[in-house]
Amino acid sequence: MTLTSSLNAGPAPVAPAAGRGRSAGALDRRIEAFALPLGALVAGLAVFALFLMMVGKSPAEFYGLVFKAGFGTAFSWENTLARASPLLLAALCVAIPARLGLVVIGGEGAIVLGGVAAGAFGMYLTGLGSSMGILGMAVSAICVGGVWIGLVGALRYRRGVNETISSLLLAYIAIALMNHFVEGPLRDPASLNKPSTAPLEDAYRIGAMPGLDVHGGLAVGILACVFSWILIERTAWGFSARIVGGNIRAAQIQGLPVGWLMTGFCALAGGFAGLAGMLEVAAVHGSANGSLAGGYGYTGILIAFLARHNMLAIIPVAVLLAGFEASSGLIQRRMDLPDATILVLQGIVFISILISETFTGRLGLSTLWRKTS
Amino acid sequence: MSETDLGVWTVLIAMLGGAIRVSTPYIFVSLGECLTERSGRINLGLEGTLVFGAMSGYAIAYETGSAWAGVLAAALAGTLFGLFHGWVCKLPKVNDIAIGIALMLLGMGLAFFFGKPYIQPVAPDLPTIALGAWSSSPQVEAALRINVLFVVGIALAFFIAWMLRSTRIGLVIRVVGDSADAARAMGISVDRVRLLATAAGGALAGIGGAYLSLYYPGSWNEGVSSGQGLMAVALVIFARWSPVNCIWAALLFGAAGALGPALQSVGVSSGYYLSYAAPYVLTLILLIATSSTTRAVRGAPGELSITK
Repeated sequence: MTLTSSLNAGPAPVAPAAGRGRSAGALDRRIEAFALPLGALVAGLAVFALFLMMVGKSPAEFYGLVFKAGFGTAFSWENTLARASPLLLAALCVAIPARLGLVVIGGEGAIVLGGVAAGAFGMYLTGLGSSMGILGMAVSAICVGGVWIGLVGALRYRRGVNETISSLLLAYIAIALMNHFVEGPLRDPASLNKPSTAPLEDAYRIGAMPGLDVHGGLAVGILACVFSWILIERTAWGFSARIVGGNIRAAQIQGLPVGWLMTGFCALAGGFAGLAGMLEVAAVHGSANGSLAGGYGYTGILIAFLARHNMLAIIPVAVLLAGFEASSGLIQRRMDLPDATILVLQGIVFISILISETFTGRLGLSTLWRKTS
Repeated sequence: MSETDLGVWTVLIAMLGGAIRVSTPYIFVSLGECLTERSGRINLGLEGTLVFGAMSGYAIAYETGSAWAGVLAAALAGTLFGLFHGWVCKLPKVNDIAIGIALMLLGMGLAFFFGKPYIQPVAPDLPTIALGAWSSSPQVEAALRINVLFVVGIALAFFIAWMLRSTRIGLVIRVVGDSADAARAMGISVDRVRLLATAAGGALAGIGGAYLSLYYPGSWNEGVSSGQGLMAVALVIFARWSPVNCIWAALLFGAAGALGPALQSVGVSSGYYLSYAAPYVLTLILLIATSSTTRAVRGAPGELSITK
């Protein structure tokens, strides 16, 4: 089977120094944490290549175009990185609750409402100056997004409501709310073809970072990932959160505030997603409109699972998937493929990564390692 | 009768008709999910199956000129999705909820990929039964024009209820769903029963999808489903895993979904976009009301991961 063979062929970055003083089991787990997702990614791309061949298209041309449009030139890198910034934040919205054992997949809702909140702030509170205006939009978006996903965590703890279903239902509700606001109370009468909130004033727009033609959202996204990594891996709060994810009964017996941890970390996750919506409004669209529901939340789910909910691993994975999305237009034009091609690719890679979980602890890397050394 | 009375009646009749029209896909998807969950597994991917069923049903109906061939194709496609879900979940350490999410995304992606050429053409509709022919009022007549699949769905609900209660197959499904250990002790292959139950559930979800594209709304496009497949999962919890209760729950959800178009038909347009949220808000409220942290939900299969 292609899956197993490519899993074994997947490069396993073995660093001898890292293994010193650790048990073989710990080393195994470290290698596995790289090798399994990487192997699953390669296997998923291989299965997608078969799919392309079945519909009569050339996989070589496809991956060549992805490389060219996503990573080939300085311009394509800038395009890819600009697309990566909302994906980083959307992936955090899945990865942070996942560390507490919660499968939250409705980040799209927080993104959409965060964007609307930012658009409304920019519409009504004008003339605050650039830094106060942008800060105000960011804070309102974070608050709205935080409440939205925080509610998911609270409902899970207080009422035992399944968080996967409730978060996705809330995402549908959020999109209906956005349509209501953008078509109704917040609609700019001048926006005829595409109902939007009033355009933001120039001072409220986020421009490019110095020396790079990529908007500042990228820096925000990367900082958010680093911050979350430190919070989860290196603080007492993060440690408590991981205990909740590992064994909720043990956490309760230890007297940890499980309800507050669930609600708080979900709210943080939602805050990041809300921030993604605000960045889309302030850096890309210039007003809140239907483009906010662009599927970032769903791509974020895949990124978080590929990164195995490790906040730092999210950064390279998000850039990789952003590159695929950046090449979508070129692939549609050159290869006459529909825009859903990237969705098919994402779905196949997603299934591949989930199947790879079954090989956890079954690769026998330590025996292999001992033989070679 | 004053003007406002007429408006209220028009809305109510439109909602009744709408409930029957909108509820049919809910009936099929929730019956499918009910069957799968009674065997102890949850399939969150039925939304993807529904969308793919809508696409394949429409495409085959257009190519062959027969709406029923479309329904059959959708059921077949749904079976394949169900078999895949069942096979993957059999592997150790694989999470059925996460696989459901992945299959939801893949099903939608594949449907949009292959469905692109079928957005323009017009496929034949499914036949209807005119139960309202006695009425002189065109609204009543329109409300009671009932699709054959609605009748089939109701019959199927009673059939599945009977099967689960009184047949050997039903007993096997219930044992597997309530205690895998007991089933193994009886010599039943747990994985095979769940595989077949998931496949059957997928087939029903596929038929629900074919109804969407072949009758109401009656065309194929990328927005044909708006979470019905997902809401069905919540609906099954609300229906306490009883196939007959699924009918009532589906009618309730259908009425909520018909609220927006019914209001629009009498010219109420304020809050039109908000009314789209009604089915989701209803689902969420029911989910909050029926869930509990301290006890397992009444009637829940013992092996089900979502209620543990």
